[in-house]
Amino acid sequence: MLAFIARRLLETIPVLAGISVVVFLFLHLIPGDPAMTLLGERANPQNLQRVREQLGLDQPLYVQYGRYVLSLLHGDLGRSIRTNRPVLEEARGRFPATIELSAAALLIAIVVGAGGGVLSASWRGSWVDHLARVVSLVGISIPIFWLGLVLIFLFAVWLQWLPPDGRLDAGLRYTPLTGFVFLDALLLRRADLATNGLRHLALPALTLSTVPMAIIARMTRSAMLEVLRADYVRTARAKGLSTWRVTLHHALKNAALPVVTIVGLEVGFLLSGAVLTETIFSWPGIGRWIFESILNRDYPVVQGMTLVVALIFVAVNFLVDVAYAALDPRIRLR
Amino acid sequence: MALDEPLTARPALARAAAPTMPFALAPERRGRGPLADAVQRLLHDRAAMTGLALVGLMAALAMAAPLLAQQDPTAQTLAQRLAPPSRQHLFGTDNLGRDVFARVLYGGRISLRVGLVAVLLGAVTGTLLGLVAGYSGRLADTVISRAMDIVLAFPSTLLAIAIVAARGPGLQNTMLAVGAVSVPIYARLMRASVLALKERDFVLAARCTGASGSRILFRHILPNGLSPLIVQATLGIATAIIEAAALGFLGLGAQPPAPEWGLMLTDARNFLLNAPWAMLFPGLAIMLTVLGFNLFGDGLRDALDPQLRQ
Repeated sequence: MLAFIARRLLETIPVLAGISVVVFLFLHLIPGDPAMTLLGERANPQNLQRVREQLGLDQPLYVQYGRYVLSLLHGDLGRSIRTNRPVLEEARGRFPATIELSAAALLIAIVVGAGGGVLSASWRGSWVDHLARVVSLVGISIPIFWLGLVLIFLFAVWLQWLPPDGRLDAGLRYTPLTGFVFLDALLLRRADLATNGLRHLALPALTLSTVPMAIIARMTRSAMLEVLRADYVRTARAKGLSTWRVTLHHALKNAALPVVTIVGLEVGFLLSGAVLTETIFSWPGIGRWIFESILNRDYPVVQGMTLVVALIFVAVNFLVDVAYAALDPRIRLR
Repeated sequence: MALDEPLTARPALARAAAPTMPFALAPERRGRGPLADAVQRLLHDRAAMTGLALVGLMAALAMAAPLLAQQDPTAQTLAQRLAPPSRQHLFGTDNLGRDVFARVLYGGRISLRVGLVAVLLGAVTGTLLGLVAGYSGRLADTVISRAMDIVLAFPSTLLAIAIVAARGPGLQNTMLAVGAVSVPIYARLMRASVLALKERDFVLAARCTGASGSRILFRHILPNGLSPLIVQATLGIATAIIEAAALGFLGLGAQPPAPEWGLMLTDARNFLLNAPWAMLFPGLAIMLTVLGFNLFGDGLRDALDPQLRQ
């Protein structure tokens, strides 16, 4: 097992190096002088010269890349042009919002998706199965930026049951402790914070969960169908075990393997989807921040955050591989 | 995958080879290649045919846009802004008084074109890379596979956004970006097919007769590795349409006054209370088109790979 982990870690190194090269080149791929890209076209020539010296733009590319990697290793992702604060510091303030949204969406996706998939497979061919299959097909076909708007219209504009945007009501008195609304609600013993947070979280989390939910449902259904045909399931049934026990205890545990992989891969979707969902719902997370930075030409932020997101993605894929190898010993031997 | 017989096998050849085959083909199946079987399965798959009909409908509507739309999609009638659906404006008007029905029809042309071009770009590039990676030896394989891993290390929509951000907004860059992020998928698929087919008898036989590497690749291996590629391309068009619309929604795709579906949704976002129809119909169009491609792609996958059919 350790050998497998070591081998996988070694395989990640060239990928990490490649990512850093791609992200480094990003600034240089934008047409025009990078210094002017950073400061704007009407910048003072002296400021331009200063930035050029700061970034070492007059030096050969590989030297610039070396300096970039060195600064990365010191945790320096550059400074936002708009606020002049370090990118990492700004990110830290916005990460909790995205993590809460993504975690809620993933939870909904797993519970509803896997549950639906199990039911679908257990009652194959019934109306439950057909309904679930249609719903999941629609789920992967629906654009989430449209779904978000439809939900806002239904629940916030027409029925007026839920707020249309933001993470909390503007008038709510709240000084963040950890940055996580629900954690803070627990620590500060404020039920109003929790209920308010939940009301704001409902629509964006539902929107973001739709596609992963549909994919997990389809994957669970096909994995369960394959497993339910196996001999050991037939043996369990022949032994007289209740259908419930057979389904959950024997079948689901073995069907869980491919589903776990898919869940890990969905994290990538959650990161992309967060940009769209956060923009629609004005959610103060890193997704919306990245997008606004692109519009504002705040390139250090775009560059730094692209790197962070890619790193998260690589880390998640690595964990998924390790989990898969831990669950299925045959993988380790490959 | 039904790789037991090359798909290029001709019925006459099969009949001629019958006496030497170790098993007898059932009389009614002799003479019908696996391709014909797959087509039969596809035609009987109701969901897949529904998908095909849906795609056909959206394509037909898009192509017939000049005939069906009574108004110019970019013509503004400010006196009739945010008007609800009526006989004159079947889907109502948007915030600049433009006819939503016309814009949805013409928008179909944009979305379908972007989807097809992006997938073509991605599939052709990816297939070539996959062929080279699978056939040309360890160095090429390692380099190409690592490069694909690096591209896959970025969530695709974010990468597409970053590419368009660097190159500037517009339809061309959207097609480029969406195509580029899909290259690794096709590369991996083709590489897997090549690796599986490289040691098959018909490839070894071709090598024995002195066929060159590229002849083997393009005449023997590629046709037999085509089916997962076709399935992925069909499903890929669906993804490409959504990703392009997402870029349009974020203002990075087609620019105003182009009737692009994603762009229409951004405009409609500020008028949800007054004019929900401006938001409803473009999004519905996206969903139905994507649904059609997904249904058909699923059916293709089931038809071309009988072992996966449940």
